[in-house]
Amino acid sequence: MMTQPTTALTAWKRNTRRHEWLVWLAWLVTISAFIVTWQIMNQNTLWFFLADAPEQIRDLGGRMFPPSWSYIHYLWGPLWDTLNIATLGTLIGIVIAVPVAFLAARNTTPSRRLVRPLALLVIVASRSINSLIWALLLVAILGPGLLAGVIAIALRSIGFVGKLMYEAIEEIDTAQVEAIEATGASLMQRLDYGIVPQILPTFFGVSVFRWDINIRESTILGLVGAGGIGLQLQAALNTLAWPRVTMIFVVILGTVVVSEWVSSQVRNAIR
Amino acid sequence: MTTQRYPRTWRRPPVLIPDPRWRWGFYLAVLIYLLAASSTLDVNWQRAYEGLERGGRFAMGFLQPDFTTRWRDISLGLVESLTMTLTSTIAGVLLAIPVGLGAARNISNGPVYLICRAFVAVSRSLQEVIIAILFVAMVGFGPLAGFLTLTFATIGFMAKLLAEDIEEMDERQAEAIRATGASWLQLIHVGVMPQVMPRLIGLSLYRLDINFRESAVIGIVGAGGIGATLNTAIDRYEYDSAGAVLIIIIVIVMATEYLSGYVRKWVQ
Repeated sequence: MMTQPTTALTAWKRNTRRHEWLVWLAWLVTISAFIVTWQIMNQNTLWFFLADAPEQIRDLGGRMFPPSWSYIHYLWGPLWDTLNIATLGTLIGIVIAVPVAFLAARNTTPSRRLVRPLALLVIVASRSINSLIWALLLVAILGPGLLAGVIAIALRSIGFVGKLMYEAIEEIDTAQVEAIEATGASLMQRLDYGIVPQILPTFFGVSVFRWDINIRESTILGLVGAGGIGLQLQAALNTLAWPRVTMIFVVILGTVVVSEWVSSQVRNAIR
Repeated sequence: MTTQRYPRTWRRPPVLIPDPRWRWGFYLAVLIYLLAASSTLDVNWQRAYEGLERGGRFAMGFLQPDFTTRWRDISLGLVESLTMTLTSTIAGVLLAIPVGLGAARNISNGPVYLICRAFVAVSRSLQEVIIAILFVAMVGFGPLAGFLTLTFATIGFMAKLLAEDIEEMDERQAEAIRATGASWLQLIHVGVMPQVMPRLIGLSLYRLDINFRESAVIGIVGAGGIGATLNTAIDRYEYDSAGAVLIIIIVIVMATEYLSGYVRKWVQ
């Protein structure tokens, strides 16, 4: 029985009025936030400098093309260095990240009060700071060279691998661990037989994924002196040798595409 | 009847490569690579040892950060970074929507699909810092170059994920809308948008977080933001100011991460 006649709607509407108001409000806030922050951001921008930007772009384009193809012979060495920075950095990062992940996961940490927050702090600190900043610091400490790059990549990888690994550890099937525990296994045996087999696919997937990202990041570490192809880039930029810059970009782009392909192949094979 | 002897012990099968020859070959290859790679490192231990003292000073600076001496520089860099992050995320997400629609195979058409996919591929495979170098060369130093860089990177990131999301959506809903004779825009508005909206909002917040982190980096090549402040502090060997900047970055990243997690839960 209908007690109240429904109000006659002349046309169908997707949302309730309240929802519509909320959507408009969200747009209003977004756009006004954009305008306000845009003005704060550009209060020091000299707009008349930008008047000739199209000309600058055309000029830059003219200088950058064609790339200096013969320069590629000088790039193989730095490219090999770059690959080594990424690979060694990833390996060191993984070696440190795995214990940190076990200390951070709620179900494997020795102490939830003390150790877990510390491990999480390590992960967050490592994740918040880009490898280029790590490299900047390490070059100041260790001096320029590949070692600073390797350590920078490793430090940044700890957070990434650690975070994804500890989340995987927290999501494991506890029944398997219990079954191992029921045989009287020790703590290490429980980890080895109960937990590790469950997180191994994630482990390989995450590691290869990070390696792929690290290749991309290690190409620019040379800008702050941490070795690899970025050093060449820095030199070319400083001397305004734009055809060489373009050549370096081409090599970087090619490397990144290949490493991404390798990484996606490996990840598909694991799955 | 023969009594079959059951094995009394159990050995776990190898995890990675079942064939022992391939396995040992693989280990050997890894070992050779590691030796070759570490031989290129060429560490100057003398220099590293001298640097330890500086490392110690840096650690001290991190423990006793100096927020006050360079507060003007730090706050300027921080304001630039934050405004850059917000504007570029908003602009990037809005521009990523048409590109993402174009890059989704099921609602786009041939040439548009290829153009959008190519754009996404280029935007994603170039490092932010490299894009920043180009934009700084084009529009000069300052946060505007940073804004352009982050917007460009955001478009690629968001468009790719949006396109994948649209390709995996429930086709029946779009089919039902099509059957009413809806135009393409109506199809997007009523059939596609409601399905991808929650994830789009979640991803935008995630991207906000990434953009802030990147804004701390592209300053090193002159695109404004707190990265420039950090670079200056390290160049001046003012490790206590550098420590302060790093602590601010970590705190803000933690705050945005916490906040975006909260908002994402609320949206879903």
